[in-house]
Amino acid sequence: MSGPSDYQPSNPALQWIERRLPIFGLMHSSFVAYPTPRNLNYWWTFGAILSFMLGMQILTGVILAMHYTPYADLAFKSVELIVRDVNYGWLLRNMHAVGASMFFFAVYVHMFRGLYYGSYKEPREVLWILGVIIYLLMMATGFMGYVLPWGQMSFWGATVITNLFSAIPYVGESIVTLLWGGYSVGNPTLNRFFSLHYLLPFVIAGVVVLHVWALHVAGQNNPDGVEPKSEKDTVPFTPHATIKDLFGVSCFLLLYAWFIFYMPNYLGDADNYIPANPGVTPPHIVPEWYYLPFYAILRSIPNKLAGVIAMFSAILILCFLPWLDSARTRSSKYRPLAKQFFWIFVVVCVLLGYLGAQPPEGIYVIAGRVLTVCYFAYFLIVLPLLSRIETPRPVPNSISESVLASGGKVAASVAVALVAAGALFLGTLQDARANEGSDKPPGNKWSFSGPFGTFDRGALQRGLKVYKEVCANCHGLSFVAFRNLAEAGGPGYSVAQAAAFASEYKIKDGPNDAGDMFERPGRPADYFPSPFPNEQAARVANGGAAPPDLSLITKARSYERGFPWFIFDFFTQYQEQGPDYVAAVLQGFEEKVPEGVTIPEGSYYNKYFPGHAIKMPKPLSDGQVTYDDGSPTTVAQYAKDVTTFLMWTAEPHMEARKRLGLQVFVFLVLFAGLMYFTKKKVWADSH
Amino acid sequence: MNPDASTIAAGAPIEVDLSPIAEGQDIKVFWRGKPIYISHRTKKQIEEARAVPVASLPDPQSDEARVKAGHDQWLVVIGICTHLGCIPIAHEGNYDGFFCPCHGSQYDSSGRIRQGPAPANLAVPPYQFVSDTKIQIG
Repeated sequence: MSGPSDYQPSNPALQWIERRLPIFGLMHSSFVAYPTPRNLNYWWTFGAILSFMLGMQILTGVILAMHYTPYADLAFKSVELIVRDVNYGWLLRNMHAVGASMFFFAVYVHMFRGLYYGSYKEPREVLWILGVIIYLLMMATGFMGYVLPWGQMSFWGATVITNLFSAIPYVGESIVTLLWGGYSVGNPTLNRFFSLHYLLPFVIAGVVVLHVWALHVAGQNNPDGVEPKSEKDTVPFTPHATIKDLFGVSCFLLLYAWFIFYMPNYLGDADNYIPANPGVTPPHIVPEWYYLPFYAILRSIPNKLAGVIAMFSAILILCFLPWLDSARTRSSKYRPLAKQFFWIFVVVCVLLGYLGAQPPEGIYVIAGRVLTVCYFAYFLIVLPLLSRIETPRPVPNSISESVLASGGKVAASVAVALVAAGALFLGTLQDARANEGSDKPPGNKWSFSGPFGTFDRGALQRGLKVYKEVCANCHGLSFVAFRNLAEAGGPGYSVAQAAAFASEYKIKDGPNDAGDMFERPGRPADYFPSPFPNEQAARVANGGAAPPDLSLITKARSYERGFPWFIFDFFTQYQEQGPDYVAAVLQGFEEKVPEGVTIPEGSYYNKYFPGHAIKMPKPLSDGQVTYDDGSPTTVAQYAKDVTTFLMWTAEPHMEARKRLGLQVFVFLVLFAGLMYFTKKKVWADSH
Repeated sequence: MNPDASTIAAGAPIEVDLSPIAEGQDIKVFWRGKPIYISHRTKKQIEEARAVPVASLPDPQSDEARVKAGHDQWLVVIGICTHLGCIPIAHEGNYDGFFCPCHGSQYDSSGRIRQGPAPANLAVPPYQFVSDTKIQIG
């Protein structure tokens, strides 16, 4: 993008266009002939990874928007219908939701890389500031996107974040009303967030073009932080950088696919599978993981306005980085002190993220304050001071000199990383079984867990029977249609069996020509009818507590895994908190209330229910439901069967997800391998 | 981008009948999408609220100024934490009032902030007594 190109296409048609619009020359000079430093390491592939993720988010987002309904009463349902009924809707949704996390993960690596190698220093200040603007836009986009499914965390996240603006003196309240379009977060808020969530990614794309433009004017920084001086210091972008980026992207895709296909809900919050309810605040509101460090900073300051200012300054301070750190040596490779402080800063950020997810009490508040001070001290004290007192090691004269001098170091760092990952994995295997807390639901062996898990058809059919004869008296199953019973990956009924099952139900329909509502036998396309006409009726009939709909219950319930389990869970693909909890609650009723626990009138003691006082009486007893296949008619068996059934209702396409996941993994591993060897061949003469 | 006409119309005043609320109980009604707590306070709660020296409060306001004269047992507050907008839980916390589960703010039986990050007392919505057992909010 720098200056006119002397590129001349050989094809006459292209020549004709080139004379009128030199677009091929622009592409050629930017992405083919463009000289890229030959000593770039793999941290530099994250630029390509980020461009890829932006494209992926826009593509999946545009298709999702074709099926989504931005209306407060329908938004939650429309997202569920995307997952259940749209062709590969579950895949699109997982790609988009996980994609947001991956996008942020990549951007954090990209930013830390810039920080470590001093990529913000002269002459790249504008490039860096454009990056900070992209990051801010990403945060706004991510936040508004999280609101769209209109679950409990969406709604309350939106309430908490929009309320941040009410801290502004004098005009705060009016700004908040303007954001809401009403007197509280509601339908107008959802509508405008949808509009902005669709708009902002294209604004990001625009700023990315400026970012790349600025990059190609100033040239890329590199691990040694010395500018390329001669032809020997650079290689042409294509094929060298393109193939290396392709390899980087395909490795990143492996991580991305791990989440999409095997743990799509690992990064989300169970509460967001509960539809938004303005009358109930979730006990523990947490933003998505990528905002946690800033949330921790916000909460660690006891004054509201000061907290909000601190949170925004934590991001905006990055804009001033080029002037806060005035050291002449760019790369921390040659700055012994800066290197150490950099790693301390990374640890501070990670710890702040951990604290952001913890309840704001006791030691967590104090730790949050200490770390907030550390965060700001890094920018305001450490970096300015270091640039004055530190004596850097001598930098190499040129890039080619440093390339010739190095070698073997990369292998060592790869070995260290592999050993660390292996140790973590071994730790996982050894400790996975040791998780026996007192009130924590005991782990079960589920047929559907793990990368090759499938549903046990017998358990699904028995579970359906338990639901129909017991649970259905109080609990709805409103997202499940009778036709689903005959679909692949389900209980394995035939279409005729599903139709017969449906016809046993009376479904309210109408109005008919006389203007009256009437009842008719159910059809396969009908949904399971709810036992109560509305929530209020359900509440009155059940002592004030409305029985929740069970369609999503195994995804909407969870329990705190805590450190370090959530790290192990990543490797073991443990995703069964919900089923474990549901099965435990069904079996957790005890006649004898332990000492020190008081159960109010009309409630029952349950060992695993949070707070122990549950409004639901013991629903299952031995022999209550008859089984035709000779399975034991015990509470334990009932609980297991009905939980398996409810896992299927929560995710009817789980088997398809895991099956496709395997195919994608085989493909990606082969592709990445191919890219690796191609890259080796291309770079053979350049190292 | 300000509220449209229908939103404003839906935010018109509402009337609430107080007669079914027994002493020590409270109800939650919605007005303009906001939860409003109406508490029928006990003698003990009123005394507690009035015994505190006003000057010692983070947001000094007397209990008398937060209720209508002659209807001292009725506390009407907007149930939105002044910190970041969560809904506090009634009858919880150390001050016989409200407790916000999000960031731990605690309010007393007059809805005044006593502990935690919230900067101000729970807001009192505009309301008046139409009769002894009926109020109009808005």
